[in-house]
Amino acid sequence: MKNEMNLQFSALSQNESFARVTVAAFIAQLDPTMDELTEIKTVVSEAVTNAIIHGYENDPNGIVYIHVTIEDGLVDITIKDVGVGIVDVEEARQPLFTTKPELERSGMGFTIMENFMDEVEIHSQPGSGTEVRLRKHIQNRTMLCN
Amino acid sequence: MSLNIELETKHDVLCIRLSGELDHHTADELRDQVSAAIEKNKIRHIVLNLEQLTFMDSSGLGVILGRYKQIKQVHGEMVVCAISPSIQRLFDMSGLFKIVKMEPTEEFALQRLGVA
Repeated sequence: MKNEMNLQFSALSQNESFARVTVAAFIAQLDPTMDELTEIKTVVSEAVTNAIIHGYENDPNGIVYIHVTIEDGLVDITIKDVGVGIVDVEEARQPLFTTKPELERSGMGFTIMENFMDEVEIHSQPGSGTEVRLRKHIQNRTMLCN
Repeated sequence: MSLNIELETKHDVLCIRLSGELDHHTADELRDQVSAAIEKNKIRHIVLNLEQLTFMDSSGLGVILGRYKQIKQVHGEMVVCAISPSIQRLFDMSGLFKIVKMEPTEEFALQRLGVA
């Protein structure tokens, strides 16, 4: 059975924990392991932080959109902003690459997403925004027990 | 859930004990408090106790790296202790362990810096 949810909120840093906790609560019905939940929370935090800092350049009028579907143990998360966009996506994916070193950004966001998820797709256009699609299979432990 | 920051100075070592969640929202407060303490108390070394830290993302890596650079200027060292497996993965991924040492407990970390 397919199940989905939508979330949208102001591009404010205090909403980062709201976003990751909400997505984790939705995913919880798949009975993930603690490690899987931590991984999901971390990648949501990374993508939402990117949307706030880079996409909207800390403009609180920006809106961050999250869409999550779960179906047969597959978690599919899309995190979107309609901000400035990324000029060179391949460059942005490189470990330690950051456009904002003065803000002490580590440049590890996309690297962490790629490590923690099965698939990471980035669609971005300068001037119109960025959409990050993150997919991961959750082991269905309930089914294994039956 | 927010971040609770406890700072204690022992000689020229600053012990930072974190509990809660370290993300972009809470990283600024940590940077400001620790930077001020380093300058005010003539700190050379940092012991970072992460025993009670329940969540961290790449914003945490950024602020830790920033403080490392700060004490590097006075030839100091940074030792991280009581790190959870999930946060250790982030450190491993970023290569931070090439410059930051790891110990199982705060006591071992302080011994390493010669102030225990």
